[in-house]
Amino acid sequence: MAGVNTFEVLSAGIMSTVQDLGRFGCARYGVAASGALDGFAVRVGNLLVGNDENAAVVETTLMGLRIKVLRDTVVAVTGGDLQARTGGENLPGWRSHLVREGETIAFSGPLSGFRSYLAVAGGIHVTPVMGSRSTNLASGFGGFEGRPLRKGDILAVEPVKDVVRCVGRGFMPEAVPAYASPWRLRVVWGPQDDHFSEAGKQTFVTAPFTVSPDSDRTGIRLKGAVIARKPGMEESIISEGILSGAIQIPGDGHPIIILGETASGGYRKIATVISADLPLLGQITPGDEVAFEAVSMHEAVQALREMEDKIDALKRSLK
Amino acid sequence: MVHPLPRFRPMGDRSLLVELGDTISPDVNRRVHQLMLQLRQAPLPGVREIAPGYRSLLVVYDPLTIAPAELKERIAEVAARPGIAGLPQAKRLTVPVFYGGNYGPDLEAVAGHLGISTDEVIRLHTETSYRVYMIGFTPGYPYMGELPAALAVPRRSTPRTRVPKGSVGIAQRQTGIYPVESPGGWQIIGWTPIELFDPLRQLPSLLEMGDRVKFEAVRQVEI
Repeated sequence: MAGVNTFEVLSAGIMSTVQDLGRFGCARYGVAASGALDGFAVRVGNLLVGNDENAAVVETTLMGLRIKVLRDTVVAVTGGDLQARTGGENLPGWRSHLVREGETIAFSGPLSGFRSYLAVAGGIHVTPVMGSRSTNLASGFGGFEGRPLRKGDILAVEPVKDVVRCVGRGFMPEAVPAYASPWRLRVVWGPQDDHFSEAGKQTFVTAPFTVSPDSDRTGIRLKGAVIARKPGMEESIISEGILSGAIQIPGDGHPIIILGETASGGYRKIATVISADLPLLGQITPGDEVAFEAVSMHEAVQALREMEDKIDALKRSLK
Repeated sequence: MVHPLPRFRPMGDRSLLVELGDTISPDVNRRVHQLMLQLRQAPLPGVREIAPGYRSLLVVYDPLTIAPAELKERIAEVAARPGIAGLPQAKRLTVPVFYGGNYGPDLEAVAGHLGISTDEVIRLHTETSYRVYMIGFTPGYPYMGELPAALAVPRRSTPRTRVPKGSVGIAQRQTGIYPVESPGGWQIIGWTPIELFDPLRQLPSLLEMGDRVKFEAVRQVEI
């Protein structure tokens, strides 16, 4: 089915891509999940505009995205507050809005967070590759022509009827995540926490780290304390599968939080960010401060259940 | 070499590393391949992804669908069943490589670290037929081994943020080829023009687990 041309990119900003919730089932070809880094924001945005949670959205980073609306439609902006405006008015986040042909949606810069999501009724129309509409930047496939958006790109949307019924929906304000440095990320120890000295583990959960400017969609690189391995341990391990949230400690001892663009690696992982805190990783900004808190598997699953309860509550409110 | 029973290490609350041995060995890797095929044939509830490694499988699951303890039990059950008859036929591939200079910026440092000549590094790298142990890191990236002991070098202590497409690298007893430009921590000794990955092919990755690869040094021809 052909999409309907709905947006024209006037300026792509720092980095804007088409993403859904990720590509699964292709790890044996070395294909990582990719996908929106703040999946929670995407799920909420899609539900607000009447889409399936996994519909494709535009993910934009920091500032500068300007999009011209080519036909009336319904959108929701979720995730970080990058001060989205349209037609001279603020476009409040976590709500669905009618936008009119000829208006421009512009993101001028962060009040909170690092990445914003533009969900549109019907979802961005791009051809799924290996079962997903996410952009694989490493190999240049999926999403919009396998690359970040550029000025002049025309985005089509899957045709839907009766979009106006979705106007004016909102997410429960108390359930909107707070995005603020210093970040406190909950982790579960492992898989290789036993390869680190007690002092190294202690440092990991007590020291503040600073987010390095060379962080990107592959990983959040942290500076600050050096995490010590047990004496006699080599720098690297035999390569194995990896997924977003795993915190690897390369030879120089500076932690890297892996994001969704890597399928495997050969550095030790001291701990892994819990599922409920994964969406926050998309909002951490270079220069921010990050600290880690170890929790039990039980607490991690409980926190995930609480997050899913928020999504379920939203779904119930939309019925 | 092969663990009699799989060992489990959690990677967060949504994935489980299933270890089938401690070392890089064809036997362990074949066991990994077999268990992956078994788990793909009869999928367990809640499992979203299975990523094979040299000696382990990373099983990604939804912890609200299946509890980690139950998942471990079910995987152990599958692993205890007799292995399926055979593994798929392995491909054999010869890969041409330009060694050293701009193509292999770490070749001299590797030779220096090992106390041998660059020619000796090239001779050692090309004399062995390697097994593809896994595809990972970036799409189509073949992790191959086992490198001769005389070529074992550590990864770079700080990974490069950009390694060019086609770069041939070594680290410990492994060798690999970067299918696209990416960050990377391996020592780069050469470059090859072959295309390793095409997302629109039926089989997107040119190489698969279990295939065999031999490198061949290309002498640069003057035109």
